[in-house]
Amino acid sequence: MSEYRLEMRGVVKTFPGVKALDHAQLQLRPGTVHALMGENGAGKSTLMKCMFGIYHMDEGEVIYEGEPVEIKGPLDALNRGIAMVHQELQPIPERSIGENIYVGRYPTKKVGPITVIDHEKMYESAAKVLEEVHLNYDPKAKLGSLSVSQMQLVEIAKAVSADCKVLILDEPTSSLTAAEVEALFTIVDELRAKGVSIVYISHKMDEILRISDEVTIMRDGQYIGTWASKELTTDFIITKMVGRELSNLYPPRENVPGEVVFEVEDFTSINPKSFRHASFSVRKGEILGVAGLVGAQRTELMEGLFGLRCHAAGKITYKGQELKINQPRDAINNGIAMLTEDRRATGILGVLSIADNVSISSLNKYLIGGIMLDDKKIEQLVQDNVAKLSIKTPSSKTLIQSLSGGNQQKVLISRWLANDPDVFILDEPTRGIDVGAKYEIYCIIAELAKQGKSIIMISSEMSELIGMSDRIMVMCDGRVTGFIDGKDANQENIMALATQFE
Amino acid sequence: MEKKFDIKKFLSNNAIIILIAILALAVGFSTQNFFSANNLKNLIANVSPRFIIACGVSGCLITKGTDLSAGRQVGLAACLSAMLLQSVDYAARMIPGLPDIPWFLALLIVMAVMACFGAINGCVIAYLKVPPFIATLGMQTIVYGLCSVITGNQPMGGFKPSYSNVALGAIGPIPYLAIFALIVGLFMWFLYNKTRHGKYMYAIGGNENAAQVAGVNVTATLIRIYVLAAVLYGLAGFLVGAKAGGASTATGFGYELEAIAACTIGGVSTNGGVGKVPGILVGVLVFEILKICLQFLRVDPAYTFIAQGLVIIVAVALDLRKYLAKK
Repeated sequence: MSEYRLEMRGVVKTFPGVKALDHAQLQLRPGTVHALMGENGAGKSTLMKCMFGIYHMDEGEVIYEGEPVEIKGPLDALNRGIAMVHQELQPIPERSIGENIYVGRYPTKKVGPITVIDHEKMYESAAKVLEEVHLNYDPKAKLGSLSVSQMQLVEIAKAVSADCKVLILDEPTSSLTAAEVEALFTIVDELRAKGVSIVYISHKMDEILRISDEVTIMRDGQYIGTWASKELTTDFIITKMVGRELSNLYPPRENVPGEVVFEVEDFTSINPKSFRHASFSVRKGEILGVAGLVGAQRTELMEGLFGLRCHAAGKITYKGQELKINQPRDAINNGIAMLTEDRRATGILGVLSIADNVSISSLNKYLIGGIMLDDKKIEQLVQDNVAKLSIKTPSSKTLIQSLSGGNQQKVLISRWLANDPDVFILDEPTRGIDVGAKYEIYCIIAELAKQGKSIIMISSEMSELIGMSDRIMVMCDGRVTGFIDGKDANQENIMALATQFE
Repeated sequence: MEKKFDIKKFLSNNAIIILIAILALAVGFSTQNFFSANNLKNLIANVSPRFIIACGVSGCLITKGTDLSAGRQVGLAACLSAMLLQSVDYAARMIPGLPDIPWFLALLIVMAVMACFGAINGCVIAYLKVPPFIATLGMQTIVYGLCSVITGNQPMGGFKPSYSNVALGAIGPIPYLAIFALIVGLFMWFLYNKTRHGKYMYAIGGNENAAQVAGVNVTATLIRIYVLAAVLYGLAGFLVGAKAGGASTATGFGYELEAIAACTIGGVSTNGGVGKVPGILVGVLVFEILKICLQFLRVDPAYTFIAQGLVIIVAVALDLRKYLAKK
């Protein structure tokens, strides 16, 4: 028996256009909390999905309790005692809590020759499991009746119910309140005392240093190193995660914020749990960063401004003129552009060419006789943008889905540039993009600001916000809780505003 | 990127078309009169209206929808054309007092009426968000019912010669039917490749949410697609009636499935966003050539249906395989 409960060695996983894992490794001791750290896109979640059998690795091996194993899928992983709480929950809200805990492995009983689900036993054990994680819910209640953070705790209960030996927690505290985080830590401590190995993924330094025994740091899909938490400092972790001096991460900004041009007053969603009474303004040539925890309704607010979500009240003005925005077309016609958070779901037109993806929003400008599209002018537009933003593509007819994330993002930026907008809303503009391409995106953002565009940038990466913003607006639970000048911003004062719950 | 001709990929991407071509050659050399002017004319007469219907359905398919009411709409259009264009001296006229109207006026009336049904389909799908499969399934039944009501379930004949001539006549060696199909084909090619409407259609099919974010007027585009489809069914029904020399509530039965199948064989992806007009023509040709081959081989019509069904399933399975391979 080796000293490790589970070892992953030389794991390689490639997705089209991206090498997500490049000989990554992880060594888990029994009865410890092992933090896995790295920037977004470093490959933490991918590595865990390989461990949990959601992805099949191209190369590498998993050694579990001293024996090499092949984990065929999530059910196989659960049967072996490996459980995972996902970053994005996958609940079935219309079914009961008990059923959600036992989905796929319901307790059964025999009625004559037929095997049926033993509901009594299921709810009995569900109640026990819930008690174990200090949750006081009726297992027969619909899961949908709980809040997101409560669902997250149920998800943890589910993992515990599998009697797991390895528990993966992927950003478990991102939607929890301070009190709920304490409750979670109590559970984690108890599990550790029982000998469970816990992999803990989080971006929050204080949490990591407090709860973990060991820390493994990853960067660009590669293994950087493993250290005992006691020896670590926040600065050391960040340097290892980023891999270079922080000062070189962001381009110099030469933009000079001018007069206030874009103003939002008392903007309130039709959904009472979403954004409410949001008021802010953006100057010409200013980069306004937007910070907040998951669930702070930042995306919802911006999508509301862009006409993708309905608002019940509020006023949007541009250069003193009130804008009526009920759908994205209204926003676009008023010179607003938006890069959405989920590029695949609401950004790219995957099966269409780069040319079509670039030109789709500005076709009205390229008509001959009001009807026929001017293919030559469109090709010119595409070529100009390919050159200007250095988009790496074989041709303008290449399908956008075959490009890397960074190049897809540049194509989408080109789409909006073709419309010459004045206000750019960027929702997580560098999510899922390689580190090198990130820098290029930052340069583009800095250049746009220099040209006098007003930029609103949502980001969950604290360093990105601090490094790129002239001002940072912080949101918490649907409200704007404050503004911080870019020069004075730091992790602490942002978090203080981001956790200002009512 | 290198452009190497991959024979294996070519074969699997065009398997159905290649198989049908081989079948046609085999039948052609083993039976008489297959490669004759008459048979070619017959093929053109069958392909032309079906191509027009398939062009109509293609827009729905490219936007991840479908139109199950296509066949019944063709039937209604044929019946309406028949009612408007029976000879004035024909004894059993459906509308006895109707004055003599020129065929092109009747065609315009029919297309306008059908446009209304398309608009209803489009609005139900775009505004009420009813899935196209359900919306057009309902419309299929409604149109059939309407058709039964206005015709009193009576088959109609006794068309005036100028109407029948639309299907039978020709300019030199080219039948009028082929000219109609050609005009529609060119129009659709232009629409799909050279206009905003075409680009918006592909964008919606590629990713409706992203198209919305990009400022595409999804609602209007969808409605236009279903209206245009219905107008084309109107034209096709008019031609089908002229060709058959009669019309009844049974006219057009099952045409929607043939059209959907032809589109799919021709490369219109059921996953949306992909499809070209020449491909649709190929799809229709494949289907009609298959039918004629089976006829020449004296296969029982019942078996013909089985063969057609198999071709549809295999074609879609191959199409999806292409898509899955890309993932």
